[in-house]
Amino acid sequence: MRNRLHPLRELLLARFRESFREPEVVFWTYGFPLLLAVGLGIAFRNRPMEQIYVDVEQHTSAAAVAEHLRGSPGFTVEVHLRQACRERLRLGKSSITVVPGEHYTFVYDPTRPESALARQRVDDVLQRAAGRRDPIPIREQQVQEPGARYIDFLVPGLIGMNLMGSGMWGVGFVIVDMRVRKLLKRFVATPMKRSDFLWSMVGGRMLFMFPELGIILGAGVLLFGVAVRGSIAGIFLISVTGALCFAGLGLLVACRAQHIETVSGLMNLVMLPMWLLSGVFFSSDRFPAYLQPLVQALPLTQLNNALRAVILEGAPLPAQAGKLAILVAWGGISFAIALRCFRWN
Amino acid sequence: MCDLAIRCHGLRKQYRTRNGTVDAVNGLDLEVRQGECFGLLGPNGAGKTTTVEILEGLLRATSGEVEVLGMRWGENDDELRQRIGISLQETRFPEKLSVCEILTLFRSFYREGKDPTAVMESVGLTEKARAWAGKLSGGQTQRLAVACALVGNPDLVFLDEPTTGLDPQSRRQLWGIIRDLGSQGKTTLLTTHYMDEAERLCDRVAVVDHGRVIALGSPIELIATLGAHHVVEFAVEDGRHPAPERLSVLPAVCEVRNEAKGVALTVNEPHLTIPALLQLLEMENLTLVRLTTRQASLEDVFVHLTGRHLDEEQTAPA
Ligand SMILES: Nc1ncnc2c1ncn2[C@@H]1O[C@H](COP(=O)(O)OP(=O)(O)O)[C@@H](O)[C@H]1O
Ligand SMILES: [Mg+2]
Repeated sequence: MRNRLHPLRELLLARFRESFREPEVVFWTYGFPLLLAVGLGIAFRNRPMEQIYVDVEQHTSAAAVAEHLRGSPGFTVEVHLRQACRERLRLGKSSITVVPGEHYTFVYDPTRPESALARQRVDDVLQRAAGRRDPIPIREQQVQEPGARYIDFLVPGLIGMNLMGSGMWGVGFVIVDMRVRKLLKRFVATPMKRSDFLWSMVGGRMLFMFPELGIILGAGVLLFGVAVRGSIAGIFLISVTGALCFAGLGLLVACRAQHIETVSGLMNLVMLPMWLLSGVFFSSDRFPAYLQPLVQALPLTQLNNALRAVILEGAPLPAQAGKLAILVAWGGISFAIALRCFRWN
Repeated sequence: MCDLAIRCHGLRKQYRTRNGTVDAVNGLDLEVRQGECFGLLGPNGAGKTTTVEILEGLLRATSGEVEVLGMRWGENDDELRQRIGISLQETRFPEKLSVCEILTLFRSFYREGKDPTAVMESVGLTEKARAWAGKLSGGQTQRLAVACALVGNPDLVFLDEPTTGLDPQSRRQLWGIIRDLGSQGKTTLLTTHYMDEAERLCDRVAVVDHGRVIALGSPIELIATLGAHHVVEFAVEDGRHPAPERLSVLPAVCEVRNEAKGVALTVNEPHLTIPALLQLLEMENLTLVRLTTRQASLEDVFVHLTGRHLDEEQTAPA
């Protein structure tokens, strides 16, 4: 019987079947990032308006002070004895304590942002109540623009982080597992082309990447109204480049390792700096200048930046060429080294 | 010599370890003829797996010549891979792929081969076609490994310890499959440390010890080198066995061996030996607790040559 089966297709099919029959793999690749996005999105969603919690220390004029504050929007005011006020301040139940008297005393921690804010607002209200006139009339125009919220910043970062994690694990872990099982050795004992095998690893990653991207981006758009300003094709291309880059790194990490523990350790070693420095949860611009060369050299930084530029700012794809080039360089060099050093048995 | 499926000469494999070097294969010569079932019989650590993996092109020999199906590794690798089938001593197949899926995958690697369904049929796994590999019993897993070796319709099949650790029924099933290979005209190289397996399946056997062939021939020829075809084993109360000099002069006795639980006599004609033995024991006032006779086996050949049993772990080479 002649061969009508294509080995690359069969290898890809096997990768697919194995992955989707492994509930843990499905969870960690698809469920986990979704939960993370939803969890963080809810935690950091923009609240209607921040309440300011003020305690007024018991005093003959306490009731009057409390009344003034309650008259302004956004204040939650309680009157307590001195001891109780200190305790509540310490536990974060209130942001500031006002001690009425001849002078008013503000007791608060200036390093706590909400306390610093509370101090200003309380001061304003009490001064105006005492008759202060503001020389310049102010009108307010409030805006809440999608694209500038934390969740908007977070979603591209999560996509990048997920592409890194599942690229490295999906290639590195699977290869070492096969090596431990002597399956790699069994495969090279057949006429299988080694390049077919490696392409099936990379190709598998490409195919798994689409649902990953779709789920996180979809959750961002549908649940949190993240506005996608750039082209979908651009996002796609950047993600594919990122996935290829991390598949290459995964291959490199796995190319010699003979134990699962070894490859897990190596993988974490490679990913840790990127988790910390590549701006998944907050902007990597916040790191000091002397760290920036390192930060910018990391592939995940470039992937996150490119994704944010296209998703949030609608930047055109050609403008991302430099970032993509760094990704391609990382992926290509890793792949080449891995290929040379690969341990088949 | 194109009727040879495998020829190897002066094969050596040295492993470097923390405490010096190990000569896993130490000057091994082998000629396997087309169409025969050839056995490498030896205890654990004798160098069987190392030898086979060199012949399979999976390991590089330290020195020596290897020719497989008239070709050499490093020159005709793809052609060779197309024509040989391999079952490694240990492979853990993907647990969540089914028998049929695994066979189809392996089939796709070969230019020409057999229909996976037919191969499943021939190893008796048809009912398990849709079962995941992780759910198979030891015997079924081993039959899957053999099926993977056969799906490319090879001329030469390597089976490394195909029945080790299996229950008797699974072993018999595999023996049936291996015998079928012979009737299909395939050459089989099989390693085992079970003498009964080698005796039943192999046309010729090379007894391997410390990385060398110490005896070669058909099972019958090898047993004939003992000079006798029967073994009489006995034990007496308290283990106070008669001195070997007194036993070796009994009629028809060729060899006397002290064993862990008694004495084994290799004899030509047990009907002459046994009465004389009983008489001797009576004279020495010894009480017999066990007496058996059996056909001499390859195990006896191995013990005769090395003083050890096949199931004893290989000790460090002297
Ligand atoms: N990778 C290795 N490194 C060091 N020593 C090895 C290695 N593989 C096998 N050996 C040693 O070589 C000898 C022969 O092993 P092997 O060929 O597996 O024997 P068998 O298959 O007959 O049991 C043993 O002493 C074994 O410990
Ligand atoms: Mg072995």
